Amino acid sequence: MNTIVCMKRVPDSATRVRVTPDGAGLDPAGVKYVVNPYDEFALEDAIRRREEAGEGKVTVVALGPPETAESIRQALAMGADEGVLLACAGSHDALSVARALANEIRGREVDLVLFGKQAIDDDNMQVPQMVAEFLGLPCATVVVGLEIAGREATARREVEGGHEVVEFPLPAVVSTQKGLNEPRYPSLKGIMAAKRKPLEQRDVTLDAPTIEFLRLDEPPAPAAGRIVGEGVDAVPELVRALRDEAGVL
Amino acid sequence: MPGALAYAEIREGAVSRASREAVGLARRIAADAGGETHVVALGPPGTAEAAAALAGFGADHTYVGESEVLTLCQPDIAAAAIARLVEAGDYDAVIFAATAQGRDIAPRVGARLGRSVASEVIECRREDGAIVVRRPMYAGKAIATLRFTPGPAVMTIRANVFAPAGEGAAGEISNLDLDGLEGRVRTAALEQGDRDRLDVSEATTIVSGGRGMQGPEHWPLLEALVEALGDEAALGASRAVVDAGWRPHGEQVGQTGKTVSPNLYFAVGISGAIQHLAGMRTAKVIVAINRDADAPIFGVADYGLVGDVFEVLPALTEAVREARSGD
Ligand SMILES: Cc1cc2nc3c(=O)[nH]c(=O)nc-3n(C[C@H](O)[C@H](O)[C@H](O)COP(=O)(O)OP(=O)(O)OC[C@H]3O[C@@H](n4cnc5c(N)ncnc54)[C@H](O)[C@@H]3O)c2cc1C
Ligand SMILES: Cc1cc2nc3c(=O)[nH]c(=O)nc-3n(C[C@H](O)[C@H](O)[C@H](O)COP(=O)(O)OP(=O)(O)OC[C@H]3O[C@@H](n4cnc5c(N)ncnc54)[C@H](O)[C@@H]3O)c2cc1C
Repeated sequence: MNTIVCMKRVPDSATRVRVTPDGAGLDPAGVKYVVNPYDEFALEDAIRRREEAGEGKVTVVALGPPETAESIRQALAMGADEGVLLACAGSHDALSVARALANEIRGREVDLVLFGKQAIDDDNMQVPQMVAEFLGLPCATVVVGLEIAGREATARREVEGGHEVVEFPLPAVVSTQKGLNEPRYPSLKGIMAAKRKPLEQRDVTLDAPTIEFLRLDEPPAPAAGRIVGEGVDAVPELVRALRDEAGVL
Repeated sequence: MPGALAYAEIREGAVSRASREAVGLARRIAADAGGETHVVALGPPGTAEAAAALAGFGADHTYVGESEVLTLCQPDIAAAAIARLVEAGDYDAVIFAATAQGRDIAPRVGARLGRSVASEVIECRREDGAIVVRRPMYAGKAIATLRFTPGPAVMTIRANVFAPAGEGAAGEISNLDLDGLEGRVRTAALEQGDRDRLDVSEATTIVSGGRGMQGPEHWPLLEALVEALGDEAALGASRAVVDAGWRPHGEQVGQTGKTVSPNLYFAVGISGAIQHLAGMRTAKVIVAINRDADAPIFGVADYGLVGDVFEVLPALTEAVREARSGD
């Protein structure tokens, strides 16, 4: 079975996000970049399936600036077989990114196209569904369980208050959620091996977006709160404040 | 004049609050341009009856698509039907609630229409005719302002931010043709845990417990507080307690859990790690209960109470019950 994992390079969640004073974007100073954490679940799933089957290929496709190559190497160190970097500068809307990814995937022999459920920088949760539409493939999002028997897949996806079980034939698009597996750390051997694995780089030009980015702002600082008191004695004051000041009881 | 289209979810025969918020925003955007508000609802036979209630929320026109296969959501069919409606109509906004369904369907509609989608929108206005939205990025650490180019603005809106549509003149209802539409995925089953209890992402009041609760056996204390807070309240949890297996992952609030913006959020025995704050910092009122006066959660709390959860919770539950009983 051949799997493509679409992976995005994103700022680490522990990064202190600073917006540039002109609102043009993120201040890059001090920002550490990582493989999007949700994409690690996708990578782990693909690598395990190949290991269990003893055949097949895991291809990582990432669109981003040239530095994205480092993140692809990390994915190769985890155990993916080859990488493709669609190089382009700047930030782009999900639709243009999805179209470029779909163009790359179309024509390849692939059984499963895996994504993270969302990129933790833009938090859009759009690219997997859009790629599926462009490719005309079945798609299950926010998946926490995936079983494949022959050419048929069964997925458990998270919905409000529970799970939905969906069935679909391969090839298909799946976006992964925490709970699917525990992603491995790259081993030293894996890191060494990654250096020799193929990584193809190609420049891409994206379409003009149908939504324009105007600016980025830091959220307003939360209004200073107050400590109403200590222990059980403060309970009446807390409830009074919630009812009379905040009007939420 | 261009109008606005809202997607309404009908669950167990009732229109969800999140859907009324989508209809409310559609009405406002349509009114700005002097256009009509349309609503689309999909479901099994019988959906039209529930949709009659929708028409009462001020939609000029409600389209209802009914089919046996729509007992459970079919995102492919929904996306194709909605895209067809948008192509045939004149809309400058297509609005979904940011629910599991909305998040699944909206990007597919965008791809079909060749239109970008704005997710989890928290502000929406018209500027010189263009639709301008604001939405959180980086787990709420920054807010982006985006402007749609002319054409339908497809978006999902964050729950509990926009005012739900109130009563309005009842509009027309008509049948939406689903001929020739097929899903690429079969939805085999919906496993819902305790449907008596609201999901954390739908609640307007949330009581979240952290490691300070000391063990799963103490959750009845939090359940009692939820109970006292009424029907719109639900339980949440920090990742520490989910990882420890004390609570199900569906309750987790934060960067790797759910993002919530309730009117009232109680953080009980939660330290306030940045990844937890990412999921709840937009709550309108935050209450923190923690025995450590230096816990970071007090930095974002509107009201803090320093104390032991085991002493404070029973007294708080009792006081809330009294306050809500109206005297
Ligand atoms: C300065 C700045 C300018 C911006 N300009 C615009 C703009 O003009 N228009 C606009 O709409 N938005 C703009 N944005 C927002 C942002 O760039 C896009 O919303 C974003 O790139 C789209 O998707 P996402 O990463 O949120 O994907 P999601 O849909 O959240 O990602 C889900 C999954 O898709 C895959 N995936 C996503 N991206 C990639 C990728 N690049 N390569 C491989 N796989 C991927 C991964 O598997 C990921 O887990 C801007 C942001 C900034 C900071
Ligand atoms: C990539 C990543 C993603 C993450 N995603 C999430 C996420 O989605 N959600 C999330 O919550 N976390 C997330 N985390 C974990 C986060 O960093 C914290 O570890 C976690 O939130 C801590 O949970 P806690 O506050 O319950 O526990 P602790 O940090 O251990 O805090 C317990 C608190 O309880 C107080 N306490 C103890 N006993 C009592 C008592 N008897 N009475 C009163 N107070 C008491 C203590 O003073 C302390 O402040 C993530 C971490 C990473 C690295």
